[in-house]
Amino acid sequence: MTQQGEQLTHGGEHAPGYGQFILVWFGLLALTGLTVALAGINLGRWIIVSALTIASIKTILVVNVFMHLRIEDRVFRFFVAVAVLTLAIFFVLTFFDYAFH
Amino acid sequence: MSTQGHEHRDDAGSRMGMWLFLFTELILFGGLFIVYAVYRYQHGEAFHLAARELDTFVGTVNTLILLTSSLTVALSIVAVRQGKRGLAVMLVGMTILLAGAFLVNKYFEWGHKFALGIFPGSPELLKRSSGEILYFGLYFVMTGLHALHVIIGMVILTVVGIMTARGTVSASSYVKLEVGGLYWHLVDVIWIFLFPLFYLLH
Repeated sequence: MTQQGEQLTHGGEHAPGYGQFILVWFGLLALTGLTVALAGINLGRWIIVSALTIASIKTILVVNVFMHLRIEDRVFRFFVAVAVLTLAIFFVLTFFDYAFH
Repeated sequence: MSTQGHEHRDDAGSRMGMWLFLFTELILFGGLFIVYAVYRYQHGEAFHLAARELDTFVGTVNTLILLTSSLTVALSIVAVRQGKRGLAVMLVGMTILLAGAFLVNKYFEWGHKFALGIFPGSPELLKRSSGEILYFGLYFVMTGLHALHVIIGMVILTVVGIMTARGTVSASSYVKLEVGGLYWHLVDVIWIFLFPLFYLLH
């Protein structure tokens, strides 16, 4: 890292307020309500799709806002992408094996 | 390493260190999620049936608790950056209390299952189909490993909370609190996936 002693300064902005975090929290609560409500109605096999889609949206919110990834250096986002891609490759290769033998 | 923490500090490096550690956690839980996915693929019907035995209400409450605890730890960083250390300590304390509430719910949830004779290797469970045995095995291993992370998170938050109270963490140096928060958010993210996979797919 070149930025010796640098705090998370958000590119020179002032410290963020409480508002955006509380807003995201409301969003997370709403998404939880939605995923529970969708599980209550009979969606058949689509329930897995809806559950995982909502969980992914919640994760994107937590990682970007609560974990500050949105305002981190680009190299952080690159590393996160590599880690998620690695896990995705594990999933795909495992299922190739189960689907074709 | 300087203990004064001024001249030779690398906060971005500290955060990157925690992120790298979190990637190993991702692979640890990711491996278990793959096992879950394969067995769900092979025993869809049994997983369906077994999921009905979990209490969606308790799972939902615990989800709301963890999401709120993620908020309070995120707000504690805002507070400390604004120089409000007292408020920050209070918010970290709230996070720890919420983590404790999560564990209390888990304790009663597991206790209820144990009372019904459902625990790994129990005679009651072994009478069932192999799919249901796998479902409950994964349920105990994955939520158990997650609960262990909640306990570790509480210890980390207690340490950074004390540091904040003592002024080691302050408006001019708060990376320790940030890094503790990062760990806590990962615990939340893991639960965001455990909750629907075990409680909602019925």
